[in-house]
Amino acid sequence: MESTTQTGSFWMPPQASTTAAEVDSLFDFIMDLNYIFFAIIFAMTVYFVVKYQKTDENPIATSDLSHNTVWEGLWTFIPLVLCLIVFVWGFRVFLNNTVAPDNAMEINVTAQKWSWSFKYDDGQTTSDLYAPAGQPVKLILKSKDVLHSFYVPDFRIKSDVVPGRYTTVWFEAMKPGDHRIFCTEYCGRQHSGMYRTVHVLSAEDFAKKKSDGFEGRPEGQDPAVWGKQLYSKYGCNACHGLEEGEVKVGPSFYGIYGRKGETADGQSYVANEEYIRESIMEPMAKIVKGYAPAMPSFKDQIGGDQMDAIIAFMKTLK
Amino acid sequence: MSSNTQANPEYQLGEKESTNYINASKGLMSWLFTIDHKRIGLMYLFTIMGTFALGGFLALAVRLELFTPGQTIMGPDAYNRVFTLHGLVMVFLFIIPGIPAALGNFVMPLMLGAKDVAFPKLNLASFHIYVIGTVMALYTTLDGGVDTGWTFYTPYSSTIDSQVVMMTMSAFVLGFSSIFTGLNFVVTIHKMRAPGMTWDRLPLFVWALYATAIIQVMATPVLGITLLLLAMERVMGIGIFDPALGGDPVLFQHFFWFYSHPAVYIMILPGMGVMSELITTFSRKRIFGYRAIALSSIAIAVISFLVWGHHMFVSGQSAYAGMVFSFLTFLVAIPSGIKIINWSTTLYKGAISLDAPMVWALSFLILFTIGGLTGIFLGALGTDIHLHDTYFVVAHFHYVMMGGTAMAFFGGMHYWWPKMFGKMYNEFAARLAAWTVFVGFNVTFFPQFIMGSRGMPRRYYDYLPESGYQIFHQISTVGSWILLLGMLIMAVNLFSSLKNGKEASSNPWEARSLEWLTQSPPIEHNFHEIPTVVEGPYEFPIATATATPQGAESSDP
Repeated sequence: MESTTQTGSFWMPPQASTTAAEVDSLFDFIMDLNYIFFAIIFAMTVYFVVKYQKTDENPIATSDLSHNTVWEGLWTFIPLVLCLIVFVWGFRVFLNNTVAPDNAMEINVTAQKWSWSFKYDDGQTTSDLYAPAGQPVKLILKSKDVLHSFYVPDFRIKSDVVPGRYTTVWFEAMKPGDHRIFCTEYCGRQHSGMYRTVHVLSAEDFAKKKSDGFEGRPEGQDPAVWGKQLYSKYGCNACHGLEEGEVKVGPSFYGIYGRKGETADGQSYVANEEYIRESIMEPMAKIVKGYAPAMPSFKDQIGGDQMDAIIAFMKTLK
Repeated sequence: MSSNTQANPEYQLGEKESTNYINASKGLMSWLFTIDHKRIGLMYLFTIMGTFALGGFLALAVRLELFTPGQTIMGPDAYNRVFTLHGLVMVFLFIIPGIPAALGNFVMPLMLGAKDVAFPKLNLASFHIYVIGTVMALYTTLDGGVDTGWTFYTPYSSTIDSQVVMMTMSAFVLGFSSIFTGLNFVVTIHKMRAPGMTWDRLPLFVWALYATAIIQVMATPVLGITLLLLAMERVMGIGIFDPALGGDPVLFQHFFWFYSHPAVYIMILPGMGVMSELITTFSRKRIFGYRAIALSSIAIAVISFLVWGHHMFVSGQSAYAGMVFSFLTFLVAIPSGIKIINWSTTLYKGAISLDAPMVWALSFLILFTIGGLTGIFLGALGTDIHLHDTYFVVAHFHYVMMGGTAMAFFGGMHYWWPKMFGKMYNEFAARLAAWTVFVGFNVTFFPQFIMGSRGMPRRYYDYLPESGYQIFHQISTVGSWILLLGMLIMAVNLFSSLKNGKEASSNPWEARSLEWLTQSPPIEHNFHEIPTVVEGPYEFPIATATATPQGAESSDP
């Protein structure tokens, strides 16, 4: 499940999408240009510095060379041509990486502080991304709050996720395996915690898991244990601790079930099942006194079974 | 007057006067309200050393936090404020004013053979505004700080609960300081040149300041307007950038980079100017391709206005826009490349000595080459998609900004220090500091290229231990300690020279431009008589020697 950074090349992570190799060939070409030009500049500089040291025999310059049109023309023209090659090549790779094939499977992605949700054509949503191997997948990205950016290093894809508009990105994973998703546009406190995983499955496994529900409760698992997994999966842990009296952005979940208290507008509440459900679905309805109204809604993400499991988990925290 | 500058490096142009610009008048007020460009330059210099130290300590804190995954010395909220402040301080308080306002203020009128800048009072006003902006930024920090990153991207910056309005107003105020300095320099360079100082006899540092000043005057107002719009959105709820209010967050990025990309050249062009002075003086040789270097500064200034969109290849802007910006980006790379090759070629058949300023200059040459070449990856659309907002970008711009501009700043500071204070520092310690910084810099920033292209995003408080990034973070953090050591050696050496340093002659480096014609430290009005210039600034002797800088005739001692 962990990222496979250690097994790429010296410069690059593993190539896990069909377009990664193209990106890497361009990268390697530019790297070769880098090595060559650096070697030339470095060698020239070091050679001149060593050879033309100021000494008693060489107290003053032995040339007042001021320019040389031929050489200057050459070292303007050659880099210019190389730059144009890199430009055209870069644009072609970019187009291949940006324009999704017509037969791509569409998945809707919603980013919010600080979690991702992925919605498939049958309406189910997941917090990690599940994708079939050997099939182009087009992601349609939107944000509920601020800028985020969707980045999978192993696929060499990235796109900002912009509130108020849709952006898209696509990939075709080559074989089953897990790859890291990062958020690469700074989005606040838990920016670096907004990582998830792409689970690439074989076409058959994908179809089977999809009909079973990608993130359903594993057979025979205690709902409270599953609830705890969901607690970190949906990023609740970013703002709610589990220790007694722990204050993060929001109140601690320790002893939450049955807790009595007062809301910001002076009403009293008891944290029963309905209160917890409402707080997750409509967080602005009741703000606990002393806390900022900062929580996003999880309405589109947390389904029936999952809500039960989260409540079951909360009941164990005492 | 000595007839041969080479035979006797310690030559004096005459009896040194005991009254100079430093001791001509006394008391704090005589400094705070001076209109002498040299005193204003020094006040900038010391303020900027302070802001650099502050930005440096913030950088050390960032590096220390990243030494281990999870919390090392601070929590995520503190970390986000620290890296934001590091960026803001280094960009707005150190790099932008560093070379033009501190070194340029001091040296440029001297180089022109002028008695001051065109508008001495405006010059003082821009220093006062700079101090006010700095105080506002520091006050904001104590008052909770901001955690938006120095780029203030919306809608995070327009909705988050932190002191964004005050901090943007600080940058707004600092912008005026920058505009005034630019305006002053443009007029000074046009109108205040000594007789015979034609455009093709201008030192290249002055050419670079001229190009910089044009960008400052033309681009900075756009930043001011953008930040004002952001403040209006926050304070009055007018929807400009926040989609919840009907605005467009990508519009902010266009506005922001319309200033901030040219600003990259506000930061690097003056450094390139310093380079041309250092390379020629310490190889005792005429610059190779004077015209190409001078005109490439202007070319860079013009094209720099047309490449802002390369910061936005993954922002959702159209592929067509991406293509145009990528193309223009490659065009702006060429003039910088020309400069690098010209500096290197200048060394050919020179008489090179590795004095401390030259060590800084050679560091610049190597580091800026790496910074420039790695920019090709980011200008190419296909590779930028992968590298955008990773540590690769962080490494790239540190190689350009710190490896370039900061090295030039320190090189220039060591070069003109004897002129500014009339004292020589310890040469061995100065070289040791420069080499230590060179090593520390590479140890700090080179590993960031590797982890960046392997996918480590920037502005991350935390990373997973199993991700393989930790070793690179740790090498980088150790490098930051080496950098600190080098900086400390430099600071101690420079400050102790003020007390214990040997007396400096008027022209300790045997340079050819006019600032070396007057004594060290200069008299209050720079020259008793305005010198007459008869040749270019880099006419170093080959067979026959001319005695005075730029062949100028002056009765000056």
